[in-house]
Formats: sequence, structure tokens, C-alpha cells
Amino acid sequence: MPHTLSAAGTIQTQIPVRELLPWAAFGALLLLALYFVGAEEGATALINGTAVHEFLHDGRHLLGFPCH
Amino acid sequence: MVRTLLLRGMLAGLIAGLLTFGFLKIFGEPPIDRAIAFESRISAESHHASGAAAEPDDELVSRPVQSGVGLLTGVLVYSAAFGGLFGLAFAAVTGRAGSLGPRGTATLLAGAGFVAIYLVPALKYPASPPSVGQADTIQFRTALYFGMILVSVAGMIGTALLRGRLLRRFGGWDATLLAALAYGALMFAAGAVLPDVNEVPEHFPAVTLWQFRIASMGSQVVLWASLGLLFGLLTERHSIAARRPRLASRAV
Repeated sequence: MPHTLSAAGTIQTQIPVRELLPWAAFGALLLLALYFVGAEEGATALINGTAVHEFLHDGRHLLGFPCH
Repeated sequence: MVRTLLLRGMLAGLIAGLLTFGFLKIFGEPPIDRAIAFESRISAESHHASGAAAEPDDELVSRPVQSGVGLLTGVLVYSAAFGGLFGLAFAAVTGRAGSLGPRGTATLLAGAGFVAIYLVPALKYPASPPSVGQADTIQFRTALYFGMILVSVAGMIGTALLRGRLLRRFGGWDATLLAALAYGALMFAAGAVLPDVNEVPEHFPAVTLWQFRIASMGSQVVLWASLGLLFGLLTERHSIAARRPRLASRAV
């Protein structure tokens, strides 16, 4: 019985493009979050100072971003 | 539907981020400490040589904070953000990528994410510990690194679309191989065209550099593997649960 259930579970339906598109805005928000982890107060700065850079210093290095 | 996948992606990303933080705490922090020790030794020596007293470090954020809550915050935001993007990408791909099932699709997508977002860009511009890299080239290096990621992600999406086009004519295996070859050729060309970054200071210990870089790479394996596997598992359970009433009514 679990077998038929898991087989049924593998049926995947497509999500139409018009349902996907509005979520691109949220995707852009997530990219902004990545920018703050990866590059804020490094190459470019939206905020003055170095507090964000210093606080995220170790993560920025270890996640592979260029850092000072 | 999309909303569920997005939230599930962010949740799986947060859990993957906790695992990644643990990995980096164990394997990533020791080489960072050794790199900082190298940096202080070099600056102390240069101060000594010039006869000036070593100036005290006026740290804005202390080392324990940087390696603790700072690292945790950075890794969690990074993982949750990529988890959310992963959920959105899964929403776009599901039902359009053959009959792999939710777990197979999620695992394949996570593998593609790891290769395109981290692995291939890092082969050209590897992660570097403190004291490697000159402050005045940060903008140039950041542009190169982000440019490499952009080309790589676009190339990976193009590869997936190309595979779909080749599928009918060449069959699954050959279409996959040809598409992968196209991605490899594109990234090789990008790597050959973009300039090298050569900023490792003299006498920087090679072993520390290597340990730092494999820790960084290992953490990305942990992140993408746990994100993809967990997301796939949750999605499969959800779709089975959603179908159960229908199956039961059909049996009656």
C-alpha cells in the first residue's frame, strides 16, 4: 500500500507561468538579502560605516565572497 | 502552491543553514584564526621595522562576535535566501523536468545550484581568508566574482533549456551530455577571458589557504545537499498526504 501511495506522490503538475511571475518580486527581495551578506560595505555601500561588514566578516569570507 | 514551496524552501534553508554553521564553526574558524594571526604578525613586524609602536586594534566588532553570532547571522540569511530562491526555482521546474518525482527533482536542482552558484565560480575565484586580497581591489574582485556567478547561473538555465530541445532528437543520455558539454565550454571560455586575481601575500601558509578553501567548499556541499534532500522529502510527504483522500475514495 505505501508503494502505490509513493508512486502516486511522484506525479508532478506544472505551475502555470502567470502564477509564477508575481513571485519574482519576492525573489528580488531575497537577492537583496544576499547582497547584504555578500557585498554591503565592501564594494558598494547603502549604509555608511563598517558595522555590517565587520559583523558579517567571517561569514562573508567563508561563503566565498571577496572581502577587504 | 508557489507560496507553500517558497516558505518550505526558506524553512529547509534555515535548517540547512544551522548544519552549515556547525560545519563552519568546526572546520572554517580555525583557518580564519590562523590567517588573522599571520596578519597581526606581519603588521607587528612592519611596525617594529619602522620603529613605530604597534597601534592598538580598535575593533568595532570583537572576534567572538564575528565568529559566533555574526557568522550565524550571515550563514542563516544566506541559506534562507537561497532556500527561498530554491523553492521558487522548484516551482518553475516541477512538472517540466521529466518524471523524477519531487525528491529527484529537488536533489537535481540543488546539485545544479551548487555547481552553478558556488563550485564553478569558486574554481576561478576561490574563497579567500583574511589577509589574502588587497583592500583597494575589492570593487574589481567583487564585480568579477558576481559576474562569474551571473554567467554561470545563466549558463546553467540555458543548459536545462537546451537539454529540453535536444531531448527528442538525441534521447535522454545524449541530450544531457551535450547540454553539460555546452555549459562546460561556456564556463571554460568565461574563465579564460576573465582576468586572474593573484593577491596571496608572500609567506602566507599554503596549508592554511587550502584548509580555508576546502572548509568553504565543504560547507556549500552541506548546505546544498541538506537543502535539496530536506525540501524533496517534505514535498513528497506533502503530495502523498494531499492524494491520500482521493485514493481512498477511488478504492471505495
